[in-house]
Amino acid sequence: MSSHRPRHVPPKVWAAVALVAAALALLPFVAALAGQAWVRILNFAMIYTMLALGLNIVVGFAGLLDLGYIAFYAVGAYVYALLASPHFGIHLPFWMILPLGAGLACIFGVLLGAPTLKLRGDYLAIVTLGFGEIIRIFLNNLNAPVNISNGPQGINLIDPFRIGSLSLARPEVILGVQFSGPQKYYYLLLLLTIGVIVVNIRLQNSRLGRAWEAIREDEVAAKAMGINTRNVKLLAFAMGASFGGIAGAIFSATQQFVSPESFGLFESVIVLSMVVLGGMGNIPGVILGAIMLTMLPEVLRYTMEPLQLALFGRVLLDAETVRLLVFGLALVAIMLYRPAGLWPSAVRKRELETPKAAPG
Amino acid sequence: MKVNRSLGLTLVAAALVTAYGCGKEEPPKKAEAPAATTAPAMAEVTVKIGHAGPTTGPQAHLGKDNENGARLAIDDANSKNIVIDGKKVKFELDAQDDQADPKQGTIVAQKMIDDKVAGVVGHLNSGTSIPASKLYSDAGVPQISPSATNPKLTLQGFKTTFRVMANDVQQGSVIGKAAVETLGAKKIAIIDDKTAYGAGLADETEKAAKAAGATIVAREYTNDKATDFKAILTKIKAKSPDVIMYGGMDAQGGPMVKQMKELGIKAKYIAGDGVCSTEWPKLAGGAAENQYCTQAGLPPDKMPNAKDFVTRFTAKYGPIQVYAPYSYDAAMTLIEAMKKANSTDPAKYLPELAKISYGGITAKIEFDEHGDTKNGAITLYQVKDGKLEPMAVNVAGKTEKIETASAAPAAAPAPGGTMAPAAPMKDDMKKGEMKKDETKK
Amino acid sequence: MEILLQQIINGLTLGSVYALVALGYTMVYGIIGLINFAHGEVVMIGAMVSLSVITALVGAQTSLPVVVVILAGLFVAILVCMTIAYGMEKVAYRPLRKAPRLAPLITAIGMSIVLQNVALIVWGRNYRTFPTIIHPTPYDIFGATMTDLQMFIVALAALLMAALLFVVQRTRLGMAMRATAQNPQVAGLMGIDINVVISAAFVIGAALAAVAGLMVMTYYGIAHYYMGFLLGLKAFTAAVLGGIGNLAGAMLGGILLGIIEALGAGYIGDVSNLCGFPWLSDSLHEQCAANEGQVSMFGSNYQDVFAFFVLILVLIFRPSGLLGERVAERA
Repeated sequence: MSSHRPRHVPPKVWAAVALVAAALALLPFVAALAGQAWVRILNFAMIYTMLALGLNIVVGFAGLLDLGYIAFYAVGAYVYALLASPHFGIHLPFWMILPLGAGLACIFGVLLGAPTLKLRGDYLAIVTLGFGEIIRIFLNNLNAPVNISNGPQGINLIDPFRIGSLSLARPEVILGVQFSGPQKYYYLLLLLTIGVIVVNIRLQNSRLGRAWEAIREDEVAAKAMGINTRNVKLLAFAMGASFGGIAGAIFSATQQFVSPESFGLFESVIVLSMVVLGGMGNIPGVILGAIMLTMLPEVLRYTMEPLQLALFGRVLLDAETVRLLVFGLALVAIMLYRPAGLWPSAVRKRELETPKAAPG
Repeated sequence: MKVNRSLGLTLVAAALVTAYGCGKEEPPKKAEAPAATTAPAMAEVTVKIGHAGPTTGPQAHLGKDNENGARLAIDDANSKNIVIDGKKVKFELDAQDDQADPKQGTIVAQKMIDDKVAGVVGHLNSGTSIPASKLYSDAGVPQISPSATNPKLTLQGFKTTFRVMANDVQQGSVIGKAAVETLGAKKIAIIDDKTAYGAGLADETEKAAKAAGATIVAREYTNDKATDFKAILTKIKAKSPDVIMYGGMDAQGGPMVKQMKELGIKAKYIAGDGVCSTEWPKLAGGAAENQYCTQAGLPPDKMPNAKDFVTRFTAKYGPIQVYAPYSYDAAMTLIEAMKKANSTDPAKYLPELAKISYGGITAKIEFDEHGDTKNGAITLYQVKDGKLEPMAVNVAGKTEKIETASAAPAAAPAPGGTMAPAAPMKDDMKKGEMKKDETKK
Repeated sequence: MEILLQQIINGLTLGSVYALVALGYTMVYGIIGLINFAHGEVVMIGAMVSLSVITALVGAQTSLPVVVVILAGLFVAILVCMTIAYGMEKVAYRPLRKAPRLAPLITAIGMSIVLQNVALIVWGRNYRTFPTIIHPTPYDIFGATMTDLQMFIVALAALLMAALLFVVQRTRLGMAMRATAQNPQVAGLMGIDINVVISAAFVIGAALAAVAGLMVMTYYGIAHYYMGFLLGLKAFTAAVLGGIGNLAGAMLGGILLGIIEALGAGYIGDVSNLCGFPWLSDSLHEQCAANEGQVSMFGSNYQDVFAFFVLILVLIFRPSGLLGERVAERA
């Protein structure tokens, strides 16, 4: 069971929360000092945080290995793209499409979940992987005989997020402060991310969250305890998927262009890595994993060339090659050093202290 | 909690210290306002030119090829000791890896804008060029793609978006015509790799071939990582076409003609510029002999600098993959526009870029009002003794283009204006959309 | 009929390669329950190393016969691949044997990225071509063509698979492997050195991967540092289709997947031809007339969808693959 939380919140905690909030509010301006690119990177870190939290429900809470999670992200992205672009000439507002995107992703989650209920472990992994690829291939091909997704050319000129006359895509001066496009998106993303985090925390501590945990630990026992494993598993897929859908919609709005190449298998793998590396099942850990894995390659992009110059006096290897090499090595090293993830949940920690006979 | 609080505190402190400086940072780049100081000892300025393409991942060979093309152009320009605005200019390449991923495309685009590049060569793919083009447009940084062929790239109404490569419509119509008229095809089978480039080119070829009177007997698909094409080729063999057209890259085009031979398919083969590399005959293991491909621009022997380029590039970086010459031209065109405007400030040299006429190594480079190449010359090559021999230069695309091109000078130059006003942007887009619809029917 | 036969021949060749690679996945999985995501990269390294050796020998213009040149390439490739697999197991997987199940999966992904980029540094980004020292001769088989190289690939794959089955079923090492797969603790108590057995599984898998790499490279004539990813993915799919952890299943799965892909690309268009259903849409008549009576809902662009669809169907009815391995026991 999850750890007990104090009911009564002391004022010290509130002060800390206020400080964190202020820091988060100022963050895009601090990041902008290093370049607007860092604001964009922060935004992607938040999109990936949402994705990782969604996948965490399926993998971390319910223990179902999902290698095709990016499909739901794609569904959300394309729903927004189709309903807010010149492609069909429909221009619905973001807040109207968001629930649609999340809802459709949710339906796809159930569609994936239903036939795979009986599968376990790695069989589930390959079926979900196949599902992810199927969605991508369909998006890539649904331009004939009827043009729905515009195929590999992707959908362009998608509407940015707007409230009234305030469009998040362009730079603007608000209350005497200059905001760039990405900085404005930062606040929207922050809002959504905090929402997703809160929902996740509530879910984890709910009856449903405990049911997921029970299934993860022992499905047969969970069934014996009267948990309707079928419905609970389907709910895991559905809820995880809907967060993917939300992330997809906002991705579509920030990029203003979507094409199937954004939703390849490797993206699924990276999101899974975020969950596992951060600490499966532990929300702060997963957030940490998502932020780290988004930031790491970018930090390496900026540092690998100067570092080589400092160490060897010249650039021995292309920055981009070293960058990925170090990224791969980091994945290996972190897992070796902390097999349960950077910030594992209390349950995992306990398990590791008394290793069981057979893995998994 | 302790950790959180101290973390929060430091962050806030850092933010407060720096937030003030932030406001100062925001106003645009340090303008080149101070007028030309004609000092006797010539001042030297460094001007960055960006390049973006995938230099890791499955298309790394193409991305690096483009990067090297741009790098050679920069080296050439530096060796000429170019003087702009009274200062000796040293060009520097800011090369970025976008991994062919639209998301990374926007990140590296922003990074290059942060780095204050004067112009950008790239990106390699349409999928990365399109989302990045918006950022360049907002920042007023001119961008020339050497290889993105999606017609929509230049139909967004951005004044900063150009390409030195024929788009799918321009090239596909030539391939379709050549297949029917030069190769004498009545029955054509079309394969594409389902990428934005391959599918776009194949669709346009299909239209042109049908218009020229041929029938399309098969339309098959593969992907850009495939190596085995026997299943689709077997299917095509049963339809006995005269010509097989492929929309895709040489890494697939090579093994594909090899497998055609193994299956005993006698049809002729024609493909676009993605296949039309010096590597193609090698990748085909000799099976590409007598087969055809097209390239945007004029054959090298008609271009004064081209022969020299090939030997110099090969000596420095190894064999040209596909698009390095276009990348070289893109970088050179940017530099030429800076020279013409006598400024390296994007806002100042952009109008010059829009109306430039520069003798590159692939073609004479001139842009129409969208930023597409005006000079739609496309050359048909045939493989002879493992080498690409030019067969015919097709300027058929040009006759179609003339009407739109004549309207260009009136609409194009908007001096100083880096951001397109909202209204014409929409207009342009509508034109683009309408065009698309017309061609569809 | 010739077309069907031709498609089966196409699929059989492709499937033999898949099967060889799938064996590497399945051996490791059968013993320690790990999906070795980096296995595809081992195939790539095998192809690259053998290509380098062969190119060097051809370039040196030795008067060695072609067979010797290729065998030399293969020999070096096998050695390199075995070393890499041994090192990889020792460094990246062995310390995690008791860790949560997904931890070694992430190190495998990390290793895959590392191997790819090492290959990029060593062999460059460009596609490498195989020197034309083999000239496959096509033979006519009931109207379909098959080259001698294809026959050789299928025969060699079959031979290697038979040899592996022999090793696993009849030798002491094989017995130790099966015992370890059943229960590592008890096997250890019976005097089996589990570490040796697990290393052996990795190393044998890598040797097969090296052979597969050389096959792919000679058959298609090209190699690229990124080729391992897709091949690995297909082989993994094949292993699951047959029942992961089961050797015979991997062979069956590999060959079936190859044939499914070929038949999918070949026939999915005909099966989903909409012209048989003119009542679907009014404009369908004209479209069918314009396209020689062929307007397909799905074409060869849905080849992979078809393959995954078959896989999912199989798994719905047989949740642990065709020649199912007992999953429940390990849970």
